[in-house]
Amino acid sequence: MTPELGQLALILALLLALAQGVLPLIGAWRGSRALMAVARPAAAGQAVFVALAFVLLVSAFLSFDFSVQYVADNSNLALPWYYRIAAVWGAHEGSLLLWIFILNLWTLALAALSRNLPEVFVARVLGVLGLVAVGFLAFIIFTSNPFARLLPMPPDGGDLNPVLQDPGMTFHPPVLYMGYVGFSVAFAFSIAALLGGELEQAWVRWARPWTNVAWGFLSAGIVAGSWWAYAELGWGGWWFWDPVENASFMPWLVGAALIHAQAVTEKRGGLRAWTILLSIFAFSLSLLGTFLVRSGVLTSVHAFASDPRRGLFILCFLAVVVGGSLLLYAMRAPKVAGGKPFSVVSRETAILIGNLMLTVAAAMVLLGTLFPLLGDALNLGKISVGPPYFGFLFTLLMTPVVLLLPFGPYLRWGKSDVPVLKKVLWRAGLAAIACAIVAAFATGGETKAIAGTAAAVWCGFGTLLYVFKRWREMPAGRRYPAEMAGMLLAHFGVGVFLAGVLLTNALSVERDVRVAPGQTESIGGYQFRFDGVQHTQGPNWEGDQGTVTVMRNGSQVAVMHPQKRTYSRGQVQTESAINPGLFRDLYVALGEPMDSKQPEGAWALRLYDKPFVRWIWAGGLFMMLGGFFAAADRRFRTKRVADTEALPVAALQESRA
Amino acid sequence: MSRMIPFFGFLLLVALFGFGIWWNTQHDQREVPSPLINKPAPAFVLPKLDDPAQTVSRDTLLGKPYLINVFASWCIACGEEHPVLMAQGKSIGVPVIGYNYKDDETDAKNWLAQHGNPYDMVIVDREGRTAIDFGVYGAPESFLVDGKGIIRYKRIGPLTPEAIEKELKPAIAALAKETP
Repeated sequence: MTPELGQLALILALLLALAQGVLPLIGAWRGSRALMAVARPAAAGQAVFVALAFVLLVSAFLSFDFSVQYVADNSNLALPWYYRIAAVWGAHEGSLLLWIFILNLWTLALAALSRNLPEVFVARVLGVLGLVAVGFLAFIIFTSNPFARLLPMPPDGGDLNPVLQDPGMTFHPPVLYMGYVGFSVAFAFSIAALLGGELEQAWVRWARPWTNVAWGFLSAGIVAGSWWAYAELGWGGWWFWDPVENASFMPWLVGAALIHAQAVTEKRGGLRAWTILLSIFAFSLSLLGTFLVRSGVLTSVHAFASDPRRGLFILCFLAVVVGGSLLLYAMRAPKVAGGKPFSVVSRETAILIGNLMLTVAAAMVLLGTLFPLLGDALNLGKISVGPPYFGFLFTLLMTPVVLLLPFGPYLRWGKSDVPVLKKVLWRAGLAAIACAIVAAFATGGETKAIAGTAAAVWCGFGTLLYVFKRWREMPAGRRYPAEMAGMLLAHFGVGVFLAGVLLTNALSVERDVRVAPGQTESIGGYQFRFDGVQHTQGPNWEGDQGTVTVMRNGSQVAVMHPQKRTYSRGQVQTESAINPGLFRDLYVALGEPMDSKQPEGAWALRLYDKPFVRWIWAGGLFMMLGGFFAAADRRFRTKRVADTEALPVAALQESRA
Repeated sequence: MSRMIPFFGFLLLVALFGFGIWWNTQHDQREVPSPLINKPAPAFVLPKLDDPAQTVSRDTLLGKPYLINVFASWCIACGEEHPVLMAQGKSIGVPVIGYNYKDDETDAKNWLAQHGNPYDMVIVDREGRTAIDFGVYGAPESFLVDGKGIIRYKRIGPLTPEAIEKELKPAIAALAKETP
């Protein structure tokens, strides 16, 4: 019975989403308060029913209800309870349910925190979110029902893909979706502004904290995904420009541009149309990610089992949402270039250049991702582009961004003093060159290591310079308003990230070795002694576990246990052993036995020494914190304002105060 | 007018995606054209399953066309393909050589004993090294090699009665015409 209840809950949620999507928009258009007032209760009701469906699916997994197709496909009696919960979003249908559930959380948060905004505006925002929910709920109900029955009920189920049976996977999708879906709020704000013909840009200030939080979550989600790939896939890589990775990276790039553009629009009134366009792009790219993963249009390691019917549905949905928004933009976007004038040396110019580079980078990633499709379409045969294309162009496009980054906080709106900037250039530049020289000696002239050190010091130290300056010049308590602290954290994170990427890239050592028990191999100054392989067992797998003792200068550094698991449904999965460290990771993956009849004999091992690899994710986490800090700024807390036409002016005056 | 540019750009994208969906209903995503078609089969020397002391190489097979069928006892799709080979393997007109891929010897023998042996000969590639030269990326796969040792046809995935009628048999017939 319960699965049918779940389905019923989803249908009711769809009806409420329709009410939330249609009535408040009509209300805002006709000026009917009664219709506008439907938005909040409808959103709340929809959230309750979606949450109910979600809980019912979780409980189906927990109670081994294999009469539900989705449960039978993705779990079995031996799967531990925590992975049975994670299995809820381990495949297509359930992950969509998670998507809509998170959309409801965002909508509820918005409904609760927007009491001080004008009613008309909130009605439009919630209405747009309701329409997005309609699309996704209909998609679930008509093409991807997670509650579909499987009769007769099998005695035991299949398995959750073993690659997903990892702690990283339990939180990577929810966090990533928080980011993806979060951009729907910035999107809804923009559409509401277009619909209402908002002449002033007060709405941008209301949208900013939401955008920052979404972007922060997206950063965290990408970091979690990258870390998971590193820990789980067994080849020591952390990013490989896979279509689905790109799908999360494109909204991130556009989101980064959007955060900065919103600042310009809010504070200076410029880039109004551009901010709206970026909001549409950021969310469209999130939807596009959903499309790419589920339509089977591109092959990817992440792709869900695809079905042309689903692909067609999302394509139509995408066409309506994005096409409609872009048409609306074309008709209603502010025609006059507003905003205060600015000179060449100003914060506006720097942000414009950064915006341009980030957007072009996103376009470059999109083009690279769609290359195989273009190849088919233009009859060029099977073609695809890989890391060389992405790596080269991305480095090229981001160089100006990195060069401009330390100047950011020093630059004034409108017009900046050049001498101050020269001082920064000298100090950060000298520090970068000095450290680069040290790196050159330390690494024997490794180009990427030198470039990485220089770039990291340039950004990191350049940002710290401003931190010191504020410390000296401002009275305690007023030194770092949250918005500024967020910016400084994120910019510092870029430095940390750069150090991680380039140093890991330059200094990693990797060796494939064949070792007999007792034999020692050394890389990067570490001696790895192979102490043989033993049989081991987990809750739902059996496997071989190697023991590798790592020594350095005669003293023991770590004992590592790489595994090769065979799960209950026969899938084989390597669990690499990682010895983490702030300055280096040691990483061992177990290959194949030389003779499968003699697992106690020699094995193939893959050994890695990966300096600074953790800095990659640390950098991403700094950026996430930056997003969250900035959003917490008191300036963004809305005060009660009169919800009539007088509002924009009042809000504007307040923002100038 | 410039405000319409994003919209038109997006229309192009939608057209491309629509094309992609249509294309995928017509083609198998896994269908990677083999660069080996119409090229000499890679040189190989592999032991026979029933007598590991005896080896078979590309050169010993020269002279007559043959079909190599990659299979393994662990491979589920091979189980689906097996009855088809049992029924039609003898009627296609060329010898069928079983290519036992990354398999355990005993498992392979048991599997053939249990389900029947449709092969004229079975060769063993336990490590899957030679399979790399053939560009095998999963079992089952089949390769038609002509008398000069040149690969003429490749099938990824199970041979179905339809594939045998529409693809394999015409390819074999074409071979027969070339070398009267």
